[in-house]
Amino acid sequence: MAGINLRGVVKAYGKTQVIHGVDCTIADGEFLVIVGPSGCGKSTLLRMIAGLEIITDGEISIGDRVVNDLEPAERDIAMVFQNYALYPHMTVYNNMAYGLKIRGLAKADIDTRVRKAAEILALDDDLLRRTPRQLSGGQRQRVAMGRAIVRQPSAFLFDEPLSNLDAKLRVQMRLEIKKLQQNLGITSVYVTHDQVEAMTLGHRLMVLNGGVVEQIGAPIELYEHPATLFVAGFIGSPAMNLLPARIGDGGDRVELSGGDSLALPPGRFAAHAGQTVTAGLRPEHFEIVTDDQSVARLAVDVVEQLGADTLVHGHFGNDRGSLTVRLNGTQNLQARQVLPMSVRPELIHLFDADSGRRLES
Amino acid sequence: MVENRPWLTVATHVVLVIGVLIVAFPIYVTFVASTHSLFDLVRIPMPVLPGSHMVENYLQAISAGLGEASGTAAVGAGRMMFNSLVMALGIAGGKIAISIIAAFAIVYFRFRFRMVAFWMIFITLMLPVEVRILPTYKVVADLGMLDTYGGLIIPLIASATATFMFRQVFMAVPDELAEAARIDGAGPLRFFWDVLLPLSRTNIAALFVILFIYGWNQYLWPLLITTDPEMVTIVISINRMLSVGDDQAEWQIAMATTMLAMLPPVLVVVFMQRLFVKGLVETEK
Amino acid sequence: MEKRVVFRNPVLPYLLLAPQLIVTLVFFIWPAFQALKQSVLLEDPFGLRSRFVWLENFEYLFANAQYLDSLSITAVFSVSVAALALSVALYLAVQADRVVKAAAVYKTLLIWPYAVAPAVAGILWLLMFNPTLGILAYALRSLGYDWNHQVNGDQAMVLVVVAAAWKQISYNFLFFLAGMQAIPRSLIEAAAIDGAGPARRFWTIVFPLLTPTTFFLLVINIVYAFFDTFGIIHAVTQGGPAGATNILVYKVFNDGFIGLDLGGSAAQSVILMAIVIGLTVIQFRFIERKVHY
Repeated sequence: MAGINLRGVVKAYGKTQVIHGVDCTIADGEFLVIVGPSGCGKSTLLRMIAGLEIITDGEISIGDRVVNDLEPAERDIAMVFQNYALYPHMTVYNNMAYGLKIRGLAKADIDTRVRKAAEILALDDDLLRRTPRQLSGGQRQRVAMGRAIVRQPSAFLFDEPLSNLDAKLRVQMRLEIKKLQQNLGITSVYVTHDQVEAMTLGHRLMVLNGGVVEQIGAPIELYEHPATLFVAGFIGSPAMNLLPARIGDGGDRVELSGGDSLALPPGRFAAHAGQTVTAGLRPEHFEIVTDDQSVARLAVDVVEQLGADTLVHGHFGNDRGSLTVRLNGTQNLQARQVLPMSVRPELIHLFDADSGRRLES
Repeated sequence: MVENRPWLTVATHVVLVIGVLIVAFPIYVTFVASTHSLFDLVRIPMPVLPGSHMVENYLQAISAGLGEASGTAAVGAGRMMFNSLVMALGIAGGKIAISIIAAFAIVYFRFRFRMVAFWMIFITLMLPVEVRILPTYKVVADLGMLDTYGGLIIPLIASATATFMFRQVFMAVPDELAEAARIDGAGPLRFFWDVLLPLSRTNIAALFVILFIYGWNQYLWPLLITTDPEMVTIVISINRMLSVGDDQAEWQIAMATTMLAMLPPVLVVVFMQRLFVKGLVETEK
Repeated sequence: MEKRVVFRNPVLPYLLLAPQLIVTLVFFIWPAFQALKQSVLLEDPFGLRSRFVWLENFEYLFANAQYLDSLSITAVFSVSVAALALSVALYLAVQADRVVKAAAVYKTLLIWPYAVAPAVAGILWLLMFNPTLGILAYALRSLGYDWNHQVNGDQAMVLVVVAAAWKQISYNFLFFLAGMQAIPRSLIEAAAIDGAGPARRFWTIVFPLLTPTTFFLLVINIVYAFFDTFGIIHAVTQGGPAGATNILVYKVFNDGFIGLDLGGSAAQSVILMAIVIGLTVIQFRFIERKVHY
């Protein structure tokens, strides 16, 4: 068991730099999810931890050992691949036992470990004798996990392990992985492009974009206080509405480009009065209001009834940019209707229009 | 077939059966010739049904060939088939062995002169024995390999085709498998032995079938480097039996030998048809 | 295409390549280089000294009526072999493709001649056409046609062409059949609905779609006729009668190994090499091969 430490980690292929200096400390037993769009470098970062990619600059340590120059097998890690990478010609049992055999463990020890892992993952004897070809997607996924577990490593590395499964199975396996990690308490690094998966699994999330860390934090922290426009747009579903806006001269209102304005917490943004910003409004934070102190009129374009809630797509005033609003329950709404909407002042996010960084008081 | 006209189907089958018969006819005639005495054979016209001397002809062919009397040494088809078998197995095994490790090096390693090595192997495609007969003979003679199994086999085992085929096979193996093996602590040789080799099993078998036939049927090369009757392969022996100048050739023994020379590769093709077809297709891609 | 994963080892790749490269160097590249060198040298009759003669050996070759004959004989031979083997195989494959279910059976019955050595194929046909005891020679004679390939050059050529083509039919059949079975049924059915009969469907749909296969087989057959038929010539006609079947590969063997004309044989080797290189380039240039580097 050990934590993982990344210090100024850089990856470059020739002159193209793809990871621009990542710092992160992952505590012992922590579940860290690296999330970002495809091509952001998240898999590369994971593979650098695994030892499958050379570290161009910086330092990675697992436990108290710097592992930069260690072979993957010497790093005391286990990895679950997106396509599982099970050896197609070996039985399930041998797939799990292979690494242990190479390490020279005694036959009896190997057997104990494999049986124990099989029990944890509910793989019965019959399954152990089959080859990967004869397994379903979910079973293969379990075997890949089993191969990781038997090694009893300091850390698990997961590279989009659920993306080859269908939606229903993905939810189920997500839960299993979470339980397993909780029970075994092994430090885990998990890469995904799916923000829901990231939110539900991780103790903390690292949002990566273009090889740069946008923010590291607990899921709720990222949701409530996104540090950048990118994080704001990436975390949450449906995505946050991002609207061009301006902070009023008094610093206590935000003026939307449609002409309406909403109230801000008094005094907090006084220093930014008159600044051009991007306003971030989460769909689920809108409510229909009756007073006219802080109101934006939403022209409804399309209404989607989902039963538990209702999605309203529309636009503010003469601003044609579309936005989404989520209202609880079933609502009797029609297209072309105009709704008076508001968001509570403390739930409004403001970002610098140029740097994209969050404005704090 | 799109049309459903019975007479067309019948006609098609008739054409195909005639085709099959024409293709098989030479073999049948040869078989008939191998079952008669020479006396019956040279009567005109040649008999069209098998005769009664089959056992004795084949026994003579296998054990003694034409015997001392006819000017060639008394080496039977048995010995020559053994020579052919050693050569065929040696060529097939040798080509596969050196090609698969070469392909492994080219696919799974980056090293200086990798492209040079690749092109050197590629060039062998353009240099069949036929275009370098004398100098190659001289090299083998200088190395003292005339009339040896080594001389029959080794000069023929370099193979661009086999190397490229294995390269294709390895390129199709997912990268993650090699990564998983690295994480499991397998070094390159261990990965080769435990993962790549078992995964290439059917490719190896298919290639083996093709190369066995290729090796068994070698003609020019054994003709050049074997002079010792003990080292002659069966395919080149038949011609020697028939080149007897003005004497009457012992056709019945020569034809029995011909049947024996055809038998092993034909059996391989017939019984391992699936592997054979796979091998043919793969080596041409 | 390159592998993402590579092993790092300073020595191992060289060791793995060594056997292949050593064999290639010693038995392929070195002799080929020797042939090149020899082709521009002239040796004295005792083989003691040789001098550099530029392209004299080549000039001599191309002024030599025998060599020019051999060139045209080779051209006639390979074109005839390819044409005969391809057309018969295509015809049989078309028939086999029609009887979908039985196609596999006919495949088995037709592919085995591939396993017969060219020299042995030559012997089989030699037996049938032997002027004294050959069954086909007898049949021709009773039809009033006098067959004796041992004295008639044209007949000798027909004999070796038939023997060489016979062996190659199975290979061509296999690839033609596979090519035809790869054509989507729906295409044929659509043509049938459009009112095209079997013959019309073949020439307007199947044959054009088979073009890549045909072209590939054409090259393969030419290469086969050029180089792999040595055994047939050696076993059946020994290049005779009077050089009527003396194809290039047989001539280079005969002049060098039997006649011991080093410079001339080397020059012939070099020309053959140029032909192989040309054919290989055609193969890789115009036929979709998977080897890209």
